[in-house]
Amino acid sequence: MMDRTTYKFEPLWKIRLRLFARSFRKNWGLFWESRIGPLGLFIILGFALFMAAHPILMSTIWDPKVYDPIMGFDPKLVGQHPAPPSWAHPLGTDPIGRDILSQLMWSTRSEFALGITAAVITVTIGTLIGSVCAYFGGLIDMFFMRLADLVMLFPFFALLIVMQSIIPMDLFKLALIMGGLGGFGAITIVLKSQALTVKVKPYIEAAKVAGGGAFHIIRNHIIPNILPISFLYMMFNVTSAIFSEAALSFFGLLDIRMSWGIMLNTAQDAGYLGAFGYYWWLWAPPGAAITLLCFAFYLVGRGLDEIVNPRLRKR
Amino acid sequence: MLRFIAWRLAQNVIVFFLFLTVVFFLFQAMPGDYTKQFIMNPKIPPEAREALAQRLGLSGTIWNQYIHYIRNVFTGNLGVSFEYYPREVWDIIAERLPRTAVLFFTATLVAFSWGYPLGRYIAWKRGQVGDYVATVTGVLFYTIFTPLLAIILLFVFANQLGWFRSGGFLSPRFWIRAPVSPQTVFLMLIATVLGLIAWWATAHLVTRRIGHPRPRKLALRTLTLLGIAAAVGGWYASGLGPYAGDIVWHMVLPLLELALISFGGTMLLMRDSMLEVVREDYITTARAKGLPDKVVRDKHAARTALLPVVTSFTLSIGFVLSGGIITETMFSWKGLGLTYLQATLSQDFPLAMGCLTFTGILVLMAHLVADVLYAVLDPRISY
Repeated sequence: MMDRTTYKFEPLWKIRLRLFARSFRKNWGLFWESRIGPLGLFIILGFALFMAAHPILMSTIWDPKVYDPIMGFDPKLVGQHPAPPSWAHPLGTDPIGRDILSQLMWSTRSEFALGITAAVITVTIGTLIGSVCAYFGGLIDMFFMRLADLVMLFPFFALLIVMQSIIPMDLFKLALIMGGLGGFGAITIVLKSQALTVKVKPYIEAAKVAGGGAFHIIRNHIIPNILPISFLYMMFNVTSAIFSEAALSFFGLLDIRMSWGIMLNTAQDAGYLGAFGYYWWLWAPPGAAITLLCFAFYLVGRGLDEIVNPRLRKR
Repeated sequence: MLRFIAWRLAQNVIVFFLFLTVVFFLFQAMPGDYTKQFIMNPKIPPEAREALAQRLGLSGTIWNQYIHYIRNVFTGNLGVSFEYYPREVWDIIAERLPRTAVLFFTATLVAFSWGYPLGRYIAWKRGQVGDYVATVTGVLFYTIFTPLLAIILLFVFANQLGWFRSGGFLSPRFWIRAPVSPQTVFLMLIATVLGLIAWWATAHLVTRRIGHPRPRKLALRTLTLLGIAAAVGGWYASGLGPYAGDIVWHMVLPLLELALISFGGTMLLMRDSMLEVVREDYITTARAKGLPDKVVRDKHAARTALLPVVTSFTLSIGFVLSGGIITETMFSWKGLGLTYLQATLSQDFPLAMGCLTFTGILVLMAHLVADVLYAVLDPRISY
């Protein structure tokens, strides 16, 4: 028998914290073992540093008049733009005399913002609808599942092309629209099937018997259990959002002042893409940046997949 | 089974109806009045405008237009393109769809023939260096920015090496004196390939009766070579050979691009699917029986693991339009994707709506086929 007078109960938050730390350590180990996950994470961290370096450089060694990503112009090189890489411009300048490296660094921030905003919206909608559909079933379920069928029927990129002519899109609107459209699509079906496997677990039954309402059960029991899968899909959604933005900007269909896609579009519009090798600094850096960031998020997603999906685990 | 198909078909009709509704109102919401857009178009003669408005149902309230539009689609009347007046939308789609379809199916076949064995192999060698290298390469191909890949391919193979043409469907100068239209040659090309496949399949069936493996293989090879020789000889004799060659020559680069991208996806999917299958009990049983590793891998595991790959192939038919847009634009390949992009940007409403409608039909059919295929391929599922 425990001596109640001397035993001090640990506060709940401490227990929760310890549990969290333990599961985090275990999952981090699995993630690390996947090897491709950490590789993606390192690339993303690299881009974050790259992004953070821009304001520092602008306020120290770069003259804002010359190096501003949108308004800048290098008067020393008049008539030579687009100038090849040099010490002053490590990645050269674009056809209207702006520094490519500065543009590249500056755009990183908007790519992160766009990708993550769109993905968070998609996953939030998908998780909510998926768990509600799984819990209630019936008419609500049928409605949202048919809606998902309908959304999946539309070719995503083709739909965005129509949308941009209806609403002139800046970065934020694009993120909202992509997030919303994605959220009602395939992800609801995936998350609903996950939520269905949670719904039949005994602890849901127990929660019901204990008098838990629908809202309480969905919020406290179903959603926390499908969150890992949601998080996994978030990574894949970041990839597709960044890709779509870049492709739309490349075709010149967005109302954005600067992004990696716009940089490619500038090169294309000025006719420098036809000359390929001679003006490689116009298309190679932004193209490589888009590819690398998409690649990194996808790798992280696959790394997470090995933790979340027990059938893919090694042990 | 039949009842299941009928039920799905009925559901699909409803979903398709909703799809049409959304398409109609989307294009209504576009700036530039749908009903007035073509009035200023110099390509359309004034006297034809009234008839066109009548036919597309452009008069009356939105509700009337909507009813008219739905009726038109279900009676197969997609209207006349504004940009390519007086060509029928059907006519344009019938010309462009084969180009996209050939690109897509050939690329998928190429990607599959490399991705399937490689995915199977790296799943078996899980955790070794080869697995990581192949996975990372696969992800890279899968996530590469499509225009960048196109630029690289164009730069290396068209600009530097000069092996292939840098875009377009054919070399116009070469075709000036051509006796037939490119479309005819292209359709003949498709017919030849399909005929060859049919010939090969027949030869396969016939030679299967030969009991001994060595003469069987010899006979199959001889018949296949004979078929190819006959096809090449036929093209040579018709005098259209160089024209066909010109189209194929232009097709290589866009094909390579699509094949590389879908190769990455196929390989990764096959790997994951295979990793799930090798955990099943029957694989352990097969191993315990003492079967060779190769047999367990290829005969027992890979066949089951193929299931999601086949389904994803069917479902990726929606990719024909979406994925086609970027690739076709980069290589100026006049297929459905490029047509759709241009039609949307130039507000050629009937053509853009026609492309979307047609893709919708294709995707719905593909979903149906995927469901049925799943039931046929997987004995555990029955309807």
